[in-house]
Amino acid sequence: MSETRTIQWTQRRKALLHSPITTSISKLLRVSVTLLGLLLITFLIGRVMPIDPVLAVVGEQASKETYEQTYIDMGLDKPVIVQFYYYLSDVLQGNFGASLLTARPVLDDLLRVFPATLELSTIAIAIGVLLGVPLGIVSAIKPGTWIDVTVRIIALMGYSAPIFWLGMIGLLVFYGELGWVGGPGRLDIVYMDTIPNVTGAILVDSLLARDTATFKNALAHIILPASVLGYYSLAYICRMTRSFMLNELNSEYVLTARAKGVRETTIIRRHVFRNIRVPLVTVIALSYGNLLEGAVLTEFVFSWPGIGSYITTALLSADMNAVLGGTFLVGAVFILLNLSSDFLYRYLDPRTR
Amino acid sequence: MATVYELLDWLQSDQPSSRTQARVSAAYKLCILLGKNRLAMFGILIIACLVLISCFAPVIAPMDPYSQNLQARLSPPLTEGHLLGTDSLGRDILSRLIYGSRITLLVVALVIAIAPVFGLLIGTVAGYVGGWVDSFLMGLTDIFLAFPRLVLALAFVAAVGAGIENAVLAISLTAWPPYARIARAETLTIRSSEFIAAIKLQGARPLRIVVLHVWPLCISSLIVRVTLDMAGIILTAAGLGFLGLGAQPPSPEWGAMISEGRRFILDSWWVATFPGLAIFFVSLGFNLLGDGLRDVIDPKAHKS
Amino acid sequence: MNRLLERLAIGLIACTGITANIKMVSAETPPDVLVIADRIDSLITLDPAESYEFTGSDIIRNVYQKLINYYPDDLESGYQPEIAESWTVSSDGRTITFTIRDDIKFHSGNPVTSEDAAFSLQRAVILNKTPSSTLTQLGFTPENVRQTILADDDKLMITTDRPYAVSFVLNCLTASIGSIVDRETVMSHEVDGDMGNSWLKINTAGSGAYSVQSWKPNESVTLQANDGYSHGAPPMKRVVLVHTQESATQRLQLQRGDVDIARNLTPDDIAGIESENGIKVEEELKGGLMYVSLNQNHPILAKPEVRKAIKYLIDYDAMQDSFLKGQYRVHQNFIPTSFLGAVDDNPFELNVEKARELLESVGVGELEIEIGVRDVQDRMEIAQSLQNTFAQAGILLEISVATAKVNLGRYRARELDVYIGAWGPSYPDPHTNAGTFAYNPDNSLEANATGRLTWRNAWDAAGLTEKVERALTENDREMRIEMYQDIQSGFRDTSPFAIMFQQSAQTAMRDNVNGFSTGQAVTYAAFWQVTK
Repeated sequence: MSETRTIQWTQRRKALLHSPITTSISKLLRVSVTLLGLLLITFLIGRVMPIDPVLAVVGEQASKETYEQTYIDMGLDKPVIVQFYYYLSDVLQGNFGASLLTARPVLDDLLRVFPATLELSTIAIAIGVLLGVPLGIVSAIKPGTWIDVTVRIIALMGYSAPIFWLGMIGLLVFYGELGWVGGPGRLDIVYMDTIPNVTGAILVDSLLARDTATFKNALAHIILPASVLGYYSLAYICRMTRSFMLNELNSEYVLTARAKGVRETTIIRRHVFRNIRVPLVTVIALSYGNLLEGAVLTEFVFSWPGIGSYITTALLSADMNAVLGGTFLVGAVFILLNLSSDFLYRYLDPRTR
Repeated sequence: MATVYELLDWLQSDQPSSRTQARVSAAYKLCILLGKNRLAMFGILIIACLVLISCFAPVIAPMDPYSQNLQARLSPPLTEGHLLGTDSLGRDILSRLIYGSRITLLVVALVIAIAPVFGLLIGTVAGYVGGWVDSFLMGLTDIFLAFPRLVLALAFVAAVGAGIENAVLAISLTAWPPYARIARAETLTIRSSEFIAAIKLQGARPLRIVVLHVWPLCISSLIVRVTLDMAGIILTAAGLGFLGLGAQPPSPEWGAMISEGRRFILDSWWVATFPGLAIFFVSLGFNLLGDGLRDVIDPKAHKS
Repeated sequence: MNRLLERLAIGLIACTGITANIKMVSAETPPDVLVIADRIDSLITLDPAESYEFTGSDIIRNVYQKLINYYPDDLESGYQPEIAESWTVSSDGRTITFTIRDDIKFHSGNPVTSEDAAFSLQRAVILNKTPSSTLTQLGFTPENVRQTILADDDKLMITTDRPYAVSFVLNCLTASIGSIVDRETVMSHEVDGDMGNSWLKINTAGSGAYSVQSWKPNESVTLQANDGYSHGAPPMKRVVLVHTQESATQRLQLQRGDVDIARNLTPDDIAGIESENGIKVEEELKGGLMYVSLNQNHPILAKPEVRKAIKYLIDYDAMQDSFLKGQYRVHQNFIPTSFLGAVDDNPFELNVEKARELLESVGVGELEIEIGVRDVQDRMEIAQSLQNTFAQAGILLEISVATAKVNLGRYRARELDVYIGAWGPSYPDPHTNAGTFAYNPDNSLEANATGRLTWRNAWDAAGLTEKVERALTENDREMRIEMYQDIQSGFRDTSPFAIMFQQSAQTAMRDNVNGFSTGQAVTYAAFWQVTK
């Protein structure tokens, strides 16, 4: 589905860029309306769900009295609109409330789980870009050859395998059988709580603390889930790179350059790659955005405490403060990524500079 | 024999004499091009097998996919009577896979029938009417785009209850915004074209224009996207099944089968592996077809 | 052209090289750290006045001490003195006076006093959280608790509303809610009159073997040993519970030596790991029961013959011997084995003929009913087995799988025809189950006693209510046992509950681990006596 999104993203961006009334103010307005809508819809979903948040707190054996008191303590006796109003005014003061399931402020939870997702997604996207772009280029340079066919099949396979299944098999083979990588979770027990928490990303924190043992262990744990996710984005990035390359290679200016006798390497490096950089940024940003939403299934299989599983768990227990906070963050990240790739687009594309 | 050549002439004609001929011959040329693409043909082969298997499931399946036999549970592949072994309740995995293909096809078909149509509706209305309607509808689309998608699907299923129909609706709910955007973009170009202006002058009503003249022109670009999306739909459905929010037991949905089988992955690898492979091959089939179709339709790409 | 390809190829190889080149050696856990793979996602609070689920109970047992307690090396002897060194019962049987030891200190260094004990119990009643019914059933209310639970010097007096069986009252105090918290520390963190609840949810203030060093939700809990523990410093200086959802993953972790104990292995994984070198499996009977219940608001399910027929349509043995192997044992009575008054009569087995006869005798032919099942694998498999056997007698079961919260909500609202439920005892006394399975003083809709299983199934308990009341105040042990046996035999035949299984825990561990106990049916896991 994401391919469709790229296309319309590009369209959306073009519309924005060429529209004369695009000012920072209208953009900001649009962003805040989107975020507000996001919160409202999430809130409504929480209300229509047949899950009783009180039960998530008091459990199966609670007496009627306990149940009723908790119901009132949670403010559920008030009308929905009033609840939403209270929630919004809290959020505007930077207070996202407390999570029912973790018993602590949602903001603290998000600051704990988001770095885990960020770390995983960043490594995954790095794998995807470092392998996907060169593969796509090679495949486009030699279209129709066995190299092209092999690359395309590799890419399509990554795009076709159920990611949770791939993760399971990967864990079985590389952790269980071969012992090449670390198991589920972010660190071995021995390394837990050994370094000061600065950014929340263990790879970064261990480097800051100059603790190579912890760094290696964290790397061993992250490499498998990141590779599984990276393979998926690789497939997409490779496919898109190939397609962009082919478009450029068949364009008039390349044909002219070839006719003039310019060397193929020069054409590709000087012209073609420079031109596909621009749409490629969109593709990469989009893949990254998808990963940052939290890969729920991968997190589930690898016991990775990221934002995807945080929102999902909260959702299934009707822990609405947590769901709202998480959705808000993800939405904001999505929009931020959108805006920053706009900026990059402008910077890289000579026509819009 | 002569009629065949006539037919071929008619199909390959550069000067179609009717609208139907133009359309049919365009489709024919597309098929020819597609036929030259070996990968795409492989994809079509996989999908054709899937369709055949699901049509003739009762004939092909060696056993009832629901009949349990606790004594013969977790029999390995190639056991007498169970080519692909049995699951934790002693049900024949091959038979379950065969019946499961029906569910997969059903999900794909239903999502395709819902999401693009809804997207088309929203997109064309927004694009054609413009003004505050456009702003509102596109704002709504933006909100749904900014939503974490699996979370949205989960929330929906959690709200209305787990089940295959609701999983279909949930997937459609997350899939429509891109279609709406494509449709809107197409509509904006079409709206300002001269032939629409001509039709307007003839006094056609907006509804008539949108339905009869705008929609048909949007459809081709939507179809390409839909083909590319089908694998994604299968994977999302399997993901929901894996999380227990898709098809319900004892239904032999492939994702749910993986989810059941993952408990035995260490000793009875076959329980989770075969449904995983089934999902893999089917979505590979759709991906190969989609890729080939795009190469064929995209005029720049197929010159190479 | 070729040079470009070459460079790309080199780049590619370099990238794959980096990713494939990290080879891991399996690390053993440090000798004084115990690492346990567990599912800790249900942990939502560490406050003993609020906690009710398994992980919380395990942790609380290791963090807090109680007036009296069960000891892991001698669970059979029942409750023993802990913070209270002795107790006396008044002549009217309503007041128990405990003498508090003077040599125990909290982790903070504060001495444990009778004031702390009184505060802890009062607090639990006033906060009125889920487990509070264990205390309020003794007649304590938020209004009277400051008079009925009193501290005086080294004495603690508790006065109940009626003369209950003393063993019953004392057993209630061995539950997690009887934990003694550090009053000074807790109250110093009070916010808006919450008696320190929001602080104690994520922190601990006890006098037990461990304190909680960190709790990362859905990730891990780390416990730090208390070297001043009154039973001696625990050998394991740190205990870490690591959250691992999947059984297969727990098994891999155990095989690789990344964890010492794996607590949630499926029967199939246990079978696969049992004979492996370096790994042993220990089995203990737990208190949880698995049952099927029939909503008595359903006109057909309310017929006694139908209720009985259904008990003959469950393939108890086949389930026990296949997918539930080692995790559940057939048990058809509401008092779990090893509790006072437990009986082992399991008269029902799969008998389709008999069930058909019973159904025909009341003219029930085809019947279509909905069964609510939680979305966990063993329950879904039980449901599918039931679906299979019920169908043989013409009963069509429609399975509604949903998350625990959804189905529980519907069950509590009396909306489900049939429900597959699990029930764990709150404290080690027969009344904990008798009070919910066989006791229902008010079956009306208005009573809304959603906490009680009889009410949820709209069953009036057919005269068992009074018998349960009487057994509760019987102080003669033999008499009390007889009374419960009588209640259970009536229950087995007539109730709308088909009790199927009693849980048993299979714990897989590295074979150097010794002394681990899950607490059996009466209590929870203890880590302080574990060595390796």
